[in-house]
Amino acid sequence: MKEYLPLTTLLRLLAVLVLALSPHVVRLPLWESAVIAALIAWRGLAAYKQWRMPPTWVKLIATLLAFGAVMASFGRISGLNGGTGLLCAMAALKLLEFRTRRDVMVMVFLLYFMLVTHFLFSQEIWTVVYLLGCVTAITALLIEVQHLGALAPRQTLRKSGTMVLQALPLMVLMFVLFPRIPGPLWGLPSDAGAGRSGLSEKMSPGDIASLIKSDEVAFRVTFVGRVPPPAARYWRGPPFDHFDGHTWEEGYAQLRADEPPVLEPLGNAVRYEITLEPHRSRWLFALDMPDASSVPPDAFVAREGHLLANQAVTERRRYDLQSYTNYLLVPALTERNRTRYLRLPRGFNPRTIELADQLRSKSMDDADIVQSVLQMFRKQNFVYTLDPPPLGRDSVDDFLFETRRGFCEHYASAFTVLMRAANIPARVVTGYQGGQRNEIGDYYVVRQSDAHAWSEVWLESHGWVRIDPTAAIAPQRIEQNLEAALGIAEGLPGYLSARGRLRFYFEARWDWLNAKWNGLVLAYGPELQQEFLSRFGLGELRQMILALTIGGTGLLALFGLFTLRQFAPARVDDPALQQWQRMTRQLAKLGYVQRPDEGPLDYAQHVGALRPEWAEAVAQVARLYVRSRYLHAPDSARQDELTRAVRAFSRRARRS
Amino acid sequence: MRFWLIFKILLHPIRYAQDRIDAWVMARVKRQAGPIMIGRNRVYILPTRFGYFFAFMLLIMLLGAMNYSNSMAFLLTFLLAGIGLVCMHHTHANLAHLQLRAGASEPVFAGETAHFEVRVDNPATHPRYSLALSWPKEEARARPGDVGARDSTVLMLSLPATRRGWLPARVFSLSTEYPLGLFHAWTWAELEMNCLVFPLPSAGGGAPPANLGHGGLASSERSGQDEFAGLRSYRRGDAPRSIHWKSFPKLQRPMVKQFADTLEQELWLDWSSLAHLDIEARLSQLTRWALDAEAGKRAYGLRMPGTVIAPGRGDAHRFRCLKALALHEVAP
Repeated sequence: MKEYLPLTTLLRLLAVLVLALSPHVVRLPLWESAVIAALIAWRGLAAYKQWRMPPTWVKLIATLLAFGAVMASFGRISGLNGGTGLLCAMAALKLLEFRTRRDVMVMVFLLYFMLVTHFLFSQEIWTVVYLLGCVTAITALLIEVQHLGALAPRQTLRKSGTMVLQALPLMVLMFVLFPRIPGPLWGLPSDAGAGRSGLSEKMSPGDIASLIKSDEVAFRVTFVGRVPPPAARYWRGPPFDHFDGHTWEEGYAQLRADEPPVLEPLGNAVRYEITLEPHRSRWLFALDMPDASSVPPDAFVAREGHLLANQAVTERRRYDLQSYTNYLLVPALTERNRTRYLRLPRGFNPRTIELADQLRSKSMDDADIVQSVLQMFRKQNFVYTLDPPPLGRDSVDDFLFETRRGFCEHYASAFTVLMRAANIPARVVTGYQGGQRNEIGDYYVVRQSDAHAWSEVWLESHGWVRIDPTAAIAPQRIEQNLEAALGIAEGLPGYLSARGRLRFYFEARWDWLNAKWNGLVLAYGPELQQEFLSRFGLGELRQMILALTIGGTGLLALFGLFTLRQFAPARVDDPALQQWQRMTRQLAKLGYVQRPDEGPLDYAQHVGALRPEWAEAVAQVARLYVRSRYLHAPDSARQDELTRAVRAFSRRARRS
Repeated sequence: MRFWLIFKILLHPIRYAQDRIDAWVMARVKRQAGPIMIGRNRVYILPTRFGYFFAFMLLIMLLGAMNYSNSMAFLLTFLLAGIGLVCMHHTHANLAHLQLRAGASEPVFAGETAHFEVRVDNPATHPRYSLALSWPKEEARARPGDVGARDSTVLMLSLPATRRGWLPARVFSLSTEYPLGLFHAWTWAELEMNCLVFPLPSAGGGAPPANLGHGGLASSERSGQDEFAGLRSYRRGDAPRSIHWKSFPKLQRPMVKQFADTLEQELWLDWSSLAHLDIEARLSQLTRWALDAEAGKRAYGLRMPGTVIAPGRGDAHRFRCLKALALHEVAP
């Protein structure tokens, strides 16, 4: 049976389609957004003006074209972006052959699916509101299709809203108790979680400056007990030991077989918990220097002293750590490593090497050389800026002797090269520095804009020592934040410049809410579930499933009772009618049913004719009932009389 | 016999089980005068094709959510699963506590379609939507209807009437898929409903029963040259040749010619005058004559074995005659 869609239903469907598609628009190529908009507009007009639907070959060609175009735009039709692009295109193309109620059902399923794809790109708090709104709207559409003839949107939205509200407890129950399995089932497409900024596996001049423009959160830290001062908050990320003249990289593969570096703590440990946003690389950030014994089981301290997880961090994760801000790192450097940390590319930066030789020839010791270079940065006209001029082939020469304007990676790179040239083992370390305190939640937020690069030099009897040349140029950067270091004249990114008090106040609260959301909901995976549920003694899989079954069944049973009560016959308010119904029910049971065309008096007569022995009793009840219900205002005396008459009949009927 | 049974079970185990369940349920349905109160334990519910598809979609979503460890995808999947389960209760409750009563069913001629009216009362304060009546193993073809709160509505069941006599309504189902179409809830009921089926009027009028009058008028007086008395609207059963075709294009509805003399004549339709035909053919012929006579505004009587209806005219008389014809030798 084909039931064609009413125009209003179709227009509402188009509206819901627009709602579900709108967040995807920013991710789709321009041509696809335009085509989808055109298709939606065409379908609306076609319904309104009753145009003919296109023939099959047009639909076929359009579908093939869409496949081809998506393939050309994304490079493939699987994967996250390509798949989403294809899904959106197909949903819009479905409009070409859209006319019956069955088509709407198919479309509704497509719409639900489109919602899921949206969450693969964004899972912020507001998406919950979006989720509930969209599900309500799509479900309202489904309700409307089940009904012949259009229902008022208020009616369908109310019904679907009720259903969504009633489903919420079930959703929470399943979310908490449904056993989670770690890890991907079939591997993530390579573009999963794309579009996140973060530190990368190499560092070239300009890399970190571009990162600074992002306001995204890198991780959040909650300290247990003592909080180290801002100048000591260096969050260690990927270190680089290999320089090719332009880019710093990790020279050797970081293998687990490596021995962790020798660390001798000086002073007390700092304990803290980090909630790390996914960045699709393996490193975990830690305060300089992490204690190897406190590292999570699926991670280890790598050769360069940074933390590596066994697998790339593709989902938000939380870990507890312990670090020492005062330490002695690698008291004895092997000869092999020493050469590694002294290696420089041949034929690059001759003036820098000349400068190093000059310093060395003054027969200073290593520590003096470090100090004199820092003095040079401080005294000469070096400028700390987000917007440095480009550098040529000999990037360090250009920077040290020509431009003298740079950001932290320029200084770290130049300093390290200079040290190596002066025969001091050195390396570049990237990571984050500082972090902003959130007053509401008493935790620290470290953003991409806190990204930083510094140097480490190895000094006899001191081991690896952190030297931050940026601190020499712009000490405010380290002690306060980037804003203080750059000043307004530098043309800060918009979000950094206008941070008024009020803005800050709301931002702190919003970030706190986000942190809670991330920590409690988004990070709720196998580990957190285990941890949370074992508090209630439900840590094991069997217990989880049992609790889920019992809880689900219980909730559904409660809900079923509630619904059936709502749909149960309404109570009769009129006492006279109540009494009359008592008698008619009893008579019906005995086989004397009131016919639809009979009034009370006729019915009494009809019963009387069939059972003369009841005739009088029934007639009496009918008379009193008619008088009470239709003739007079309610009156307790008359009501009592009627009740007595019904009772009398009841006794009589039971006796016979 | 036994072999075939085993073969059937092996070939379609689910269908066999379904048939057995159906047979068991059907045997429990009693024919009642009504009203039938649909108790909640009399409402059966199963997922529809879309329901299964929905479950499959949720499974895929769940796998996707697991693969990407995406909490929002988990939330959406579980929300939709919750909605599905909630929908089951809504669909079930949409039928529960309704009351069914037999409505009228207009008599029809054999070969036409009988319509049974079923009155559905909703004693609750919640309106019910998209209720449909159908016979077993048939897609609901009747228009689904709604019942408002504390209101009632009339739904139709139709059944082809093949034989004259009483056509009883069989077991029927009241079903709904509201609100989401994921579940099909239904209940079986059988109401004391019978539709009277008149015999099929024979095609050609045959010779009009002219000379059958007992003290009536002679046949020669009724001829083609009767005085034309006017036109009246077409009624069911009028002979096609009595239609006034000339006026049809102008009036856009068929009119029937009336003749003055036929108005006074009295006619006896006699069973014994059709001795050359078998019983059904005789009944058909008598029905045709009765209709023609009524159309011609002539008084007519019916004489059948065991029944004599004095001459008369009008709808009540016509009904009495046709009913007598319909129920001739039909077991009550």
